[in-house]
Amino acid sequence: MLATLFKFKGGVKPASHKDESTQTPIAPAPLPPLLVVPLRQSAGGTPQPLVKPGQKVLKGERIGAPEENFSSAIHAPTSGTVRAIEPRMLPHPSGLSAPCVVLEADGEERWIERVPVDYAAASPDALRDLLRDAGIVGLGGAAFPSHIKLKPGAAGRIGTLIINGAECEPWISCDDMLMRERAEGIVRGAAILRHIVSADRVLVGIEDNKPQAIAALRAAAPAAGIEVVPVPTRYPAGGEKQLIRVLTGIEIPYGRLGTEFGVQCFNVGTAYSAHRAIELGEPLISRIVTLTGNVERPGNVEVPIGTPIDGLLKLVSPKADTDRFIMGGPMMGFTLPRTDLPVTKAANCILAASPALFPPQVPEMPCIRCGACTRACPAELQPHELYWFSRAKNFGKAQEYGIFDCIECGCCAYVCPSNIRLVDYYRFAKTSMRALEREKTASDAARQRFEFRNQREEREKAEKAARLAAKTAAARQAIAGAEKPAAAVPAPAQTAEESAPALPQLDEAKKALIAAAIARAQAQKEGVQPKNIDNLVPEKQAEIREIEARRAKVRELAKTPPEEPV
Amino acid sequence: MNGSPHLHQPVSVQLVMLKVLVALVPGIAAYVWFFGAAILVQIALASAAALAGEAAMLRLRGKPVGLFLADGSALVTAWLIALTFPPIAPWWLTVSATLFAIVVAKHLYGGLGQNPFNPAMVAFAVAIIAFPALMSQWPAVGFTDFAAQLGMIFKSQSPQDAVTMATPLDALRTQLHVPEARATVAGILGSHASFGNIGGKGWEWIALGYLAGGLWLLQQRIITWHVPAAFLATLALIATGFSLASPDRYAGPVFHVVTGGAMLGAFFILTDPVSGATTPRGKLIFAAGVALLVWIIRTFGAYPDGLAFGVLLMNLCVPLIDMGTQPPVFGHKDSKKERKP
Repeated sequence: MLATLFKFKGGVKPASHKDESTQTPIAPAPLPPLLVVPLRQSAGGTPQPLVKPGQKVLKGERIGAPEENFSSAIHAPTSGTVRAIEPRMLPHPSGLSAPCVVLEADGEERWIERVPVDYAAASPDALRDLLRDAGIVGLGGAAFPSHIKLKPGAAGRIGTLIINGAECEPWISCDDMLMRERAEGIVRGAAILRHIVSADRVLVGIEDNKPQAIAALRAAAPAAGIEVVPVPTRYPAGGEKQLIRVLTGIEIPYGRLGTEFGVQCFNVGTAYSAHRAIELGEPLISRIVTLTGNVERPGNVEVPIGTPIDGLLKLVSPKADTDRFIMGGPMMGFTLPRTDLPVTKAANCILAASPALFPPQVPEMPCIRCGACTRACPAELQPHELYWFSRAKNFGKAQEYGIFDCIECGCCAYVCPSNIRLVDYYRFAKTSMRALEREKTASDAARQRFEFRNQREEREKAEKAARLAAKTAAARQAIAGAEKPAAAVPAPAQTAEESAPALPQLDEAKKALIAAAIARAQAQKEGVQPKNIDNLVPEKQAEIREIEARRAKVRELAKTPPEEPV
Repeated sequence: MNGSPHLHQPVSVQLVMLKVLVALVPGIAAYVWFFGAAILVQIALASAAALAGEAAMLRLRGKPVGLFLADGSALVTAWLIALTFPPIAPWWLTVSATLFAIVVAKHLYGGLGQNPFNPAMVAFAVAIIAFPALMSQWPAVGFTDFAAQLGMIFKSQSPQDAVTMATPLDALRTQLHVPEARATVAGILGSHASFGNIGGKGWEWIALGYLAGGLWLLQQRIITWHVPAAFLATLALIATGFSLASPDRYAGPVFHVVTGGAMLGAFFILTDPVSGATTPRGKLIFAAGVALLVWIIRTFGAYPDGLAFGVLLMNLCVPLIDMGTQPPVFGHKDSKKERKP
């Protein structure tokens, strides 16, 4: 049965350039002597290290524990010795540093004991925990922990499971090659995911420019009752929301998970690694990376996580005019700050760029509101409006016009005749808004603390006053009790005081306190000495003494009550 | 910043403007065929004035002159001015109106992309208010004597009655406005020498030239269907309604659509992205509004054609139209309010 296809609006059709890297089969990357495994490789918290420097680890041994349930475990990609746990620069646009486990490989590749699990006999909860502990995250690029996406949402049950083999970004072919060569593993992984969520149907969406991948999956699929659906080639058809829309007609808004709508989407690589994790007991310690662009021998390699990128690049020999390297594709990837950075679970492609392949930016012209961006936007936004608002730092309006619905796919900037770096403006606006939000949260917290402190002080003051009043009253009671029988003529003032409640006494005490404070302040004021008089000539000092004397006299006069005017 | 995307389609403002100029060529060819080469002189005059004004303003504003001069936007404005002005208008009128469009309507508002009003229509409105007589002298069909035309343009020689003629719209309006003449639309159209088969003699072919160029722009995805369709349909609809109700007093839809600036406006003037609405629904409202104003001014107003005023008045409404017609965002279709904070 052929599923009815829906359309998503917008999108662009850049040249795909996938053939360059699909001519040779996936090759295993050589094991580097030193691997740098970042502890944080997925959304959520940073896993805590489970090893110490100097410790020997086996291949597949857990070296980072998932923090609560919102991150995913990290494993040793090979056997060897932990040399250090220290912050290292990550492949990130900002050159961010984060804790990494530095592992020296012993070359023996000694595995931990691998325990295959019969998924059909396991409960969904147990399988989700297994996936979390095997470090399974989305391999399409976002690296979102898969076990979280597999939790049933508000819709109750995930009816449709989508396996994303669209791979719409130009140049990247790691999913294509994986589907061609390991279709069976993908199908088995899909079956596991389907079992966890007990989905009615599984759809594998593949862009129709990958006939070999479609054929391979169709050949593998019937056994598991999985439907392979070719989708029209149009970037970003592989965007999760776009693919869900194309295959089911459902639109997932910003900030919501597919589970809430009864549909969920996983990358083919993720499905494959789920199969390895459950049925072979192998955690996620390697991935397929496309090495392509301005290189002599483009291709796909299976790389242990933590392998330095510069070592990989030697395999494909970048050409002489290569000026930078992009991690990811040309539409959404970012320029690597350096190449001695490790491959992470999110690294799907290393693209060598040259001025000839990716011409340098031309000067931006003003926006002429031509609307080309609007027609290209798959999120159905008005990119030119967002551009004006972002530029003017009118963030409120930008938010109102849906800037957070922007998936930063780059279609708008790709078609803009004025060459405006639109996505850069949106990133700026989003980052600024998030910073403002953080500041607001921080200042709210500070204000709350301040208010709480004020309240506490008020309360303590009141309590103190009450205690004091009680004490005074008790003391007076005692005094009165002792004195009354003996004293023949009690002082009238005392009687008055005794009959009055505690409060006026407190007032008296307060008045006394205030008077004392005023006196102290007065004394302090008088005690103020003239400053900067040390290095003056004797005449000047004499002058100052004279002035001071006059001042003292004035103060004395001020203290005495004013005389009656004559 | 050097963020994604790292790819760019081979498009530029220059290419967009160039395509608009190319699309004007069929209409201009028909113009030359029926009214002689004077229009080419006007185009050259307006282009030179526009480029000079643009260069001077860019220099004054400290902008890169070469980069912006090459974008072609000044040329599009210049050509539209030349095509909406009478081809035998004196040179100084074309030049000063073009300079006004470039200097005041474009650069004083911030240059390319910032002008709220269509510069060519500003030029037309200013010229027709300041020099109504000069702006109403149109050559008769067949007056293609280039030397005489040059004399009018450069030496301000008064045109002979034989060589000028009221435009079809003007003729229709003036005669219908004289109550004692008891003229009917059919009578005027049948008798007057300036009327052709479906519109003005010659003008109807020029309009078809613009239509051809406009359809090519649509095919090239430089413009969308919304503006031309909404404009022409609304104009035709109103004209149909009134001419059915009172055929003697109101001209029919075909006449309205192929006469005056309607076709040029539909594909080349209303489609100016800078001063027009940008949302699909906004474009429909904008163009329908212009059509309504054009029909009202043509039928009841003091000016023969209402395109310039219609466009300028609707330009004023664009921010409001755009604000009120924002389409729903992906994933927010059935709960548009949810998105608004």
